[in-house]
Amino acid sequence: MEQEATRDAYGKALVELGRQNPDIVVLDADTSSSTRTNWFAKEFPDRFFNFGVAEANMLGYAAGLALAGKIPFVSSFAVFGSIRAYEQIRTSICWPNLNVKIVLTHAGISVGEDGASHQAIEDIATMRVLPNMSVIVPADANETRRAIFACCEHKGPVYIRLGRAKFPLLPDAGFEIGKARIIKPGNDISIIACGLMVFEALKASDMLGKDGISARVVNMSTIKPIDKEAIISAAKETKAIITAEEHSIIGGLGSAVCEVLSEKAPTIVKRIGIQDVFGTSGKPEELLSYFKVDAKAIYKEAITLVNRNGSI
Amino acid sequence: MDEIVSKIADTSRKMRRLIIEMLSLAGSGHPGGSLSSVEIIASLYFHIMRHNPSNLLWEDRDRFILSKGHCCPTLYAALALSGYFPMEELKTLRKLGSILQGHSDRLATPGVEMSTGSLGQGLSCAAGIALGGKLSKKDFFVFCLIGDGENQEGQVWEAAMSASHYKLDNLICFLDYNKLQIDGRVSDIMNIEPVVDKWRAFGWEVMEIDGHNIGEIIEAVDRAKEIKGKPKIIIANTIKGKGVSFIENKVEWHGVAPTKEEAERALKELE
Ligand SMILES: Cc1ncc(C[n+]2csc(CCOP(=O)(O)OP(=O)(O)O)c2C)c(N)n1
Repeated sequence: MEQEATRDAYGKALVELGRQNPDIVVLDADTSSSTRTNWFAKEFPDRFFNFGVAEANMLGYAAGLALAGKIPFVSSFAVFGSIRAYEQIRTSICWPNLNVKIVLTHAGISVGEDGASHQAIEDIATMRVLPNMSVIVPADANETRRAIFACCEHKGPVYIRLGRAKFPLLPDAGFEIGKARIIKPGNDISIIACGLMVFEALKASDMLGKDGISARVVNMSTIKPIDKEAIISAAKETKAIITAEEHSIIGGLGSAVCEVLSEKAPTIVKRIGIQDVFGTSGKPEELLSYFKVDAKAIYKEAITLVNRNGSI
Repeated sequence: MDEIVSKIADTSRKMRRLIIEMLSLAGSGHPGGSLSSVEIIASLYFHIMRHNPSNLLWEDRDRFILSKGHCCPTLYAALALSGYFPMEELKTLRKLGSILQGHSDRLATPGVEMSTGSLGQGLSCAAGIALGGKLSKKDFFVFCLIGDGENQEGQVWEAAMSASHYKLDNLICFLDYNKLQIDGRVSDIMNIEPVVDKWRAFGWEVMEIDGHNIGEIIEAVDRAKEIKGKPKIIIANTIKGKGVSFIENKVEWHGVAPTKEEAERALKELE
């Protein structure tokens, strides 16, 4: 199966965008070889700025560059680019509603061996709560490329969350900010997932299929603004919902889905995510099963839910 | 030159009166640091800066970023007197629905270039605009005003380091060195001295002036504009609360508005 890391797709997309649009500038804080912004730096050295280890300042510059009419793409590791500079993002970028694109890599536990300090599992929650901010978690490299182009067209602050590891490519289903996509139909249960968990959700759906359970898989790549219609149809057309994210169960995709459902279509929801603990060192695949955020966890939760509902 | 100076001195007096009136009507706000920065902001808006109140988005305008956003009454006074919005609006400072927010808000107030209020962030933004100006081959200058207490923020030094790294000679920062912050004297709370040496060590051209002397302010900026290859900081020695005897140099007056009676006394002094 063909594999590509979302950050690699980002690096390539940036270079392409840079050729098309001279207003694009790229900022990094000494992580450019990891975030792949060094590919842009190589082709456009005059439009690439390295700030060294000083993330807060970098986000302030991004605000200023946006005020001067540029389209800044700012990159770092997810922990440092989001939470380290959180108040700068809030006050200097989101409050004045500036056109800054924050694309952070190495999000989630799939960073693996680096351990808790480097595993951003609170970034979706913290970015989602900021007014004016859009939050996008692409499922694979193809969707990343499309999301990067789409966010360049969009006016206003955007956060795009990327990983580190290589992951399989899903069938290319296009991308539009704010639109979820059903990537596998089903009518017993819905799995709403984002990021690399979409792949795990598909695996879980296949496992459930063997038990005669038809599980819909929804790729909710925009966490904000969230696609309410897709959530409500899932609630109406299937009997239960599972959310799956490689992020804390507090405040992320699962919470966002529950917020919509509790007001519009109360439904039983089980949230798959990190259970309010910090990460730990290990191989990415090991960690997914250790923290019970993998296909097996989704499968088990689905079986319990379906039994509770008394169907099948 | 003398004529320019005396005109700006007149305007400064007017601005001080407006600040007192605004704050007393609002019932809250920051008189100390607002009064200490009057001559700096007046010189910028009424002589130094290239700007046009009827063309807010003019690409070639000079920019001013008030990093110490709590001193926005001074900026509001300058903007109103420049014609960015009717003088009447000054009465609405800090009131629900007002275009004049408690801290600078670029989306609310015509002429405010950047939203500020969280100290330490403005200089990075100003540097970003300066960098953007260079990339677009524009010849505008970016002015920024920071406080001495604010100068304690780590991000200010990150900004200082990067602005000289990127040789932002179109960036001119003022430090309103009034020696006081909320909790006491800057030198007691967290000393920033030797501040001239520090900025110089970060690669900036440093000048030191009397921040209430309009001639010195104008001259320093003229000189700053000529110096190429590095950013410039003008350390402006000022008096917190300048112009009102009972507010001057009193730490308690950092963030309390004058009552009606106090305002009347202050206005009398400023006649
Ligand atoms: C990050 C941040 N911390 C704390 C405050 C609260 N605060 C407002 S003004 C001020 C003191 C600022 O002192 P200085 O920069 O010297 O301002 P000035 O004396 O010119 O008013 C503080 C701590 C703030 N606005 N932002």
